[in-house]
Parts: sequence; structure tokens; C-alpha cells
Amino acid sequence: MESPTLAKPKESALRAAFPVLSRKVHGKPLVYLDNAATTLKPAAVLDAMDHYYRHGTANIHRGIHTLAEEATAAYEGARDRVAAFVRASSRGEILFTRGTTESINLVAQAWGRGALKPGDEILLTGMEHHANLVPWQLLRDATGAVLREIPVTEAGELDLGALPGLLGERTKLVAFPWVSNALGTVNPAAELVRLVRQHCGGKILVDGAQAVSHFPVDVGALDIDFLAFSGHKLYGPTGIGVLWGRESLLEAMPPWQGGGDMIKTVTFESASWNELPHKFEAGTPAIAEAIGLGAAVAFVEETGWETIRERENELRRYAEPLLGAVPGLRLLGAAGERAPVFSFNLPGVHPSDIGALLDTEGIAIRTGTHCTMPLHARFGLSASARASFAFYNTRHEADLLLQGLDKVLRLTR
Amino acid sequence: MTIAETQEALLAEFASCGDWDARYQKLILLGKALPPMPEAMRIDANKIKGCQAQVWLFPEWKGGLVYFHADSDALIVKGIVALLVRIYNGQAPAAILSEPLTLIDKLELTRYLTPTRANGLSAMLKQLRLFAYALQARQAPA
Repeated sequence: MESPTLAKPKESALRAAFPVLSRKVHGKPLVYLDNAATTLKPAAVLDAMDHYYRHGTANIHRGIHTLAEEATAAYEGARDRVAAFVRASSRGEILFTRGTTESINLVAQAWGRGALKPGDEILLTGMEHHANLVPWQLLRDATGAVLREIPVTEAGELDLGALPGLLGERTKLVAFPWVSNALGTVNPAAELVRLVRQHCGGKILVDGAQAVSHFPVDVGALDIDFLAFSGHKLYGPTGIGVLWGRESLLEAMPPWQGGGDMIKTVTFESASWNELPHKFEAGTPAIAEAIGLGAAVAFVEETGWETIRERENELRRYAEPLLGAVPGLRLLGAAGERAPVFSFNLPGVHPSDIGALLDTEGIAIRTGTHCTMPLHARFGLSASARASFAFYNTRHEADLLLQGLDKVLRLTR
Repeated sequence: MTIAETQEALLAEFASCGDWDARYQKLILLGKALPPMPEAMRIDANKIKGCQAQVWLFPEWKGGLVYFHADSDALIVKGIVALLVRIYNGQAPAAILSEPLTLIDKLELTRYLTPTRANGLSAMLKQLRLFAYALQARQAPA
């Protein structure tokens, strides 16, 4: 099949930044299409982390020696980078966490326990990743709050027509994914926020895990209250994530974990809290990982949103009809606005067979429920296969996926 | 046939397959050839935990020997469980517990088994041996 290379800058140069792309799996060049699970890491991220351990290991904030000051500068420099990346109004609004999951749990515990009373409502969507569902279930159980759900249409979009009827005086929080990890649907965040603000005074949390690698984010312009995302889906390391929170809210929230670094003074009886963001970062944080995340953000900015968006849109437009032409293939969702994420099923073939047989061709995809069991139940499925692209993927790789699926159909017939 | 002999026979069958595609196809065909599992046995209690796909395994004992009913909703997993059923069907509990499973390594299937699937395999084997152990305990003089 003819696969013309994509436009500037040179594809080979973009790919060369990712060392893993040069490896082989079962003797075949790796075709990495599991980017919604975690993206690959560019050498710049690996180098930044290596540099911290090799040249400057030290704990941050308290040391007086040179290594400690360098480490603190690097760690806090990463925070500044992230703050600018999401257009935060101050660096204190950027809390480092272990990832999206911990960020959401932090809000559920530190904000939710004080803010919710029995009968108060938390409005979620039918396409939540379990990370934006289970923390609210726990909070519901602890407070007597009620969970409600914006339904998902057959096309895999949120039913915005149902939204006003779901909002009211008791709605204390609305939380939704900006981009669905299973469907790729890009939810109309601005429209959602406008409707929520129009109908209730509830806070708004956006699960940005699948969004921040695909397009730029401006938390101020979006007028939300919390944004959670992970480093490892943004070309950064695992074990580091971000909670951006509106400063006035973070100031009012009690800490959720106690320990070193989050305190101002401690007596045996009591303690007073450090200022933002440190109030929410108890204990020695993931220093190298934060530095790696800072490098990842710099990498994304150097690569440029124009390049990333252009390539991903082109890959999506190229791959979608190819997949649609596979005999019997059922694609989940058909949203107009979507990230290059495709969950699908083949008739009579279990997703784990698709994944196992593609793996023999060196093609990495995800199979299972992608941590969205309620969404799969909504579509009457127990599992699906998911191919998710990033800007470093190529049309040729989409062709290889198609050839792989032909093989799956041939062998399982 | 003993457990060792069945494994030798299966190894020879797979050796005649030309390439890896053919081996996978053979594995899938073995799975498809499993006798259908009665619907009444396809219940949660007979499900094996640790596999991404659903796998059911149910033992029957006749004359001191163990026979297995097995099924899966995934073809490769069903092929793997079919291999195990073929190796261990009609064997005495003591043999099932003592004779090693060598076929999977010799077929180099583990080369292509990702940890998820390899774990599923060990879960299947563990369950199969648990059944044998239970029967052996039942047969032991009080």
C-alpha cells in the first residue's frame, strides 16, 4: 500500500527522539499504538532524570548545600513549566501528585469531605475512566452524597440536552473527561462549563489525562476549578501527575496527607500548614519524575502544537476509514471531534485474541475494558480492542495495523 | 497414553506446522475442537481468575481418573486450555500432580505469551492441579 510520509517537520527526526521506536518485537519493528495507556518517552526526558540522579541527587527544600539547591531549583522549575503549560495564574496552583488518579482522590478527600452533605449531588458522565468514578463512589459512601450521570449517546458523545435537567441547587460538583480514553471523543468542555455555570454553583473538575497530550490547555479561559492529568500520558515518566486547582479553593481546603514539607510549625499537639503548593505535598516527592515531567512539557512545546495536532488529525483521518473498511469491524463511538483513539471489536474474535495476534506482528494495542466498564456495559460489550495513535506514529503503521487485522481474521476464521 | 507421551505427540503435531502463523492456527483449531461445555457448567464458580478472557474449567472423576470440561470466549486461550485438557484428561490425580508440564516451553509458546496470558496459563494449571489434589485427598484412606 502506498504510504506517503506526512508533512514537515521530518517524520524521521520526530521519531528519532524516542529511543524505544528503534526496537524490535518478535523480530518486527515495534508499532506502538497503545499511547492512550502511556506514551513513549523522548530522550530529553530520560536525560533530565538521569542527570538528576547522576549529577545531583539531593532532597529538596531543606538542604543548604549546593546539590540540594540545584535539586530544588530543578523541581520547582518543573512546576513553573507546568504552570505556564496550563496557563495557571500562579505556581502555587500546581500540585504534584502520583498521577491523575491521585489528583482526583485528593479533590474527593480534601475538598469533598468538607463540601458535601447528605443528598448533595456529584454529576459525572457515562464515559468515566474508573479513576474519575470510584473516588466519587468512596466520597458518596462517606458523605451521603448522590452520584448522577450525563448519559452517552450511541455516537459516543455526551447527551448535552439532558444536562440542564441534571443540574440544580444540590449539584456541588460536575466532573467529566475532556477526552474519553476509550472512545477518543473530545467533549465540548467550554460548552459544558457554560451550561454548568448557567444552571448551578457547583465546582467543575476536568479529567485531562487524555487531553493534555493532544491540544493546549488554558485553565483560566476554560473557567474550571480543578484539572487533573498524568505525566506518563504526556511523554513524561510514570509516578508523577498534576492537580491544578483554583488558588482560593486550594487555600480553603485542608491538607489530605500529613508529614514533612507540608507543615510550617509542629508541636507535639498540633501543626500549622505550609503555604501552597507545599501544603498538599507531604513527604519527599517524586523529584526525578517531576524533573522528567518538566522536560516532557518542554519537549511538547519545542515540538509544537501545530505539528502535533496536524499529524494526529491526519493520522485519525487516515486510519478511521481504513478501520471502517475491515469486514465486520465495529468501531465504538463516532464523535465528530475525536482524538486518534479507536476502540473496536471484530465479530467472533475476542479482543484478547486480537491483541495477542497483533503482538506477534510487533503491534502493541490495548485490550480489555480500558478502565471503563460502565461505558462498555452501555454499548453491550464486555471488552474491546483499542488502537491509540500519537504524533510520532505514521500512516505506514496504520497500514501495518490493517495488515495485522487481516491476519487476525485469517487465523481465527 | 501417559502425560509425557501426550506431550511428545502434541510436540510432533506442532513441529509439522511450517511457521508461527500455522502454529497459532493449530492452537486455535485445537480450541475449537473442544467438546462444547454444558451451559450449566459455564458459571462463575467454574471461572478461572487471572485470565483476561473468560475461562471455565470443570472436573469430573470417573474410576479414579480425572476428566476436564473447559471453555473460553477467546480463541487462543481456549487453544491453550485445550492443550492442557488433552494432556491431563483421563489421568490419575497422582500423575497430574507429579508429572511436569514441558510442552509449553518446548513449543516456545511462552515466547509469544505476554505476561497477562502467561499468568492466565499458570492460573489454569494451578486450578487443574487443585482439582487433582482434591480428588487425591478424597481417595486417600481415612
